[in-house]
Amino acid sequence: MRQALEGSQAIAQAVALCRPGVVAAYPITPQTHIVENLAKLVADGKLKCELVSVESEHSAASVVLGAAAAGVRAYTASASQGILLMAEVLYNIAGLRVPVVLTCANRAVSAPLSIWNDHQDSMAVRDSGWIQLYCADNQQAVDTTIQAFRLAETLELPVMVCVDGFVLTHTLEPLDLPEQAQVDAFLPPYRFSRVLDPHHPLTLGTLVSPDDYTEVRYAHHRAMLRALDVIPEVDAAWQQITGRSTGGLIAVEGPEEARVGILTLGSVFGTLADARQLADAPVKLIHLRSFRPFPVAALQRACQGLTELIVLERAFSPGAGGIVGAEARAALMELEHPPRVHNFAVGLGGRDVPLEILERLLAATGSEPTRFAIFDVDLSRLPEEER
Amino acid sequence: MLEIRIHGRGGQGNVVASYLLALAAFESGKYAQAFPSFGAERRGAPVTAFVRLDDAPFRRRCQVREPDFLIVQDQALLHVPGVLSGLKEGGGILLNAKADSDGLQRQLGRKVVTVPATELALAILRKPVPNTALIAAFLALTELMPLSALNEALQKRFRGEVLARNWELAEAAAKGVPVGLWRERAHAASA
Repeated sequence: MRQALEGSQAIAQAVALCRPGVVAAYPITPQTHIVENLAKLVADGKLKCELVSVESEHSAASVVLGAAAAGVRAYTASASQGILLMAEVLYNIAGLRVPVVLTCANRAVSAPLSIWNDHQDSMAVRDSGWIQLYCADNQQAVDTTIQAFRLAETLELPVMVCVDGFVLTHTLEPLDLPEQAQVDAFLPPYRFSRVLDPHHPLTLGTLVSPDDYTEVRYAHHRAMLRALDVIPEVDAAWQQITGRSTGGLIAVEGPEEARVGILTLGSVFGTLADARQLADAPVKLIHLRSFRPFPVAALQRACQGLTELIVLERAFSPGAGGIVGAEARAALMELEHPPRVHNFAVGLGGRDVPLEILERLLAATGSEPTRFAIFDVDLSRLPEEER
Repeated sequence: MLEIRIHGRGGQGNVVASYLLALAAFESGKYAQAFPSFGAERRGAPVTAFVRLDDAPFRRRCQVREPDFLIVQDQALLHVPGVLSGLKEGGGILLNAKADSDGLQRQLGRKVVTVPATELALAILRKPVPNTALIAAFLALTELMPLSALNEALQKRFRGEVLARNWELAEAAAKGVPVGLWRERAHAASA
């Protein structure tokens, strides 16, 4: 049903439609009100689910790991320092191949202390072996949350749904919430192949010697690469039911013959889309929905014919540069005529990304490619010796 | 596209005001977006929220830098740097104040309408929460949508006596401003 909802509320409703058996979360900052809304649904008797308020994000992740391994659909949400505190368990969830869904309400990481939006938190757990899907708007957040459970359970891999903190989670906007019957038709009851069951004992998480460790890691990598096929399939199946696609691995907008492209992740995409329309700029906009697995072939296809690619990201690796930029550059090297890559970080720690950014980005493609720069840094705010 | 910036203090219901306005617009068939400016909110601290309304869908998420209208929940905020910045030529300021509009209009050199929203709220809600009154006054000034759209929005948030009192407050506030004064400006922007 079409309604105007705040992002957090919409995501909570989407989670509830997936009928989780256990939701575990640390309820205090940096938590969003996704979990508060879920708690309300449980208290009102609208969602039959065990809600576990834990004392830390480390415990939240541990509870959902245990619940999912015991055969119950499990969900958690966090952001920022909470994701970092979870990091150890995130690796365990992924390495044990337990299908858990987590919403990361993307926020900057301390220090300097910031509560505002960027992508440093999810990027910090890039290599944990979770699927990471980024959402451009709250409709995508709803649809991706529901798809995430099916993906996770099909592949026995955990899925992190990355939703821009505040910019999406606290924004009220119109969206379609699917009907329960639609979700039920799309998402079969939870089944885990290695469920912990006292009648059929097995052990998860034992010591793995060098004899097998490499092979287990290989299998995990293979499963992640298999997700490159399954993510578009799941999106297509959802589209059959709702008529809406989130783009699968990568969504592309703009004229086919464009020579300049902008690759980005998350909610900045909407601002760029409006700016492109206002300026009628011949630019291809590429939304990297799936960052893990990294869709090399899809990105190569999307960049076919481009002479310039701007990679715009909301986090970076100090001392190296762009994270997405480095991966995109590596992927495009294999093209016969790769575009020049201009890599910028923007909107760190909640800095507003205005409509005018498109014009300024396009102007930047006129000069030699920038390996990496922080696009909106204001050097006048720094002491002279640090500029 | 009509863009509105709402300035208030933590505890005055600034964010709820933005959500109510967007909800009312949505209920009357417009595309609407509302979001706070994401401060570490605490009681008394200046807080900003943004609303966009349009007849066509839009996707931008940047902050509103050049609003068509300002809604200011506290007269003292007029002296906070940035509160008046970017207000478009011909744009108006709806201010929660007891003082009459003329003096402030001369002083600021902008179109100002005042409404004693805190006093109305204290009398009707028995709480100094001015947001419902301000949104009702804004709808009366702009005639962007009938006041009944605000009633539908209030029903999404409140029930029972709280709903009834908020509605009473909305009707009282709407009567306290010149109906349709900003109609032309508002309709030109939102079409």
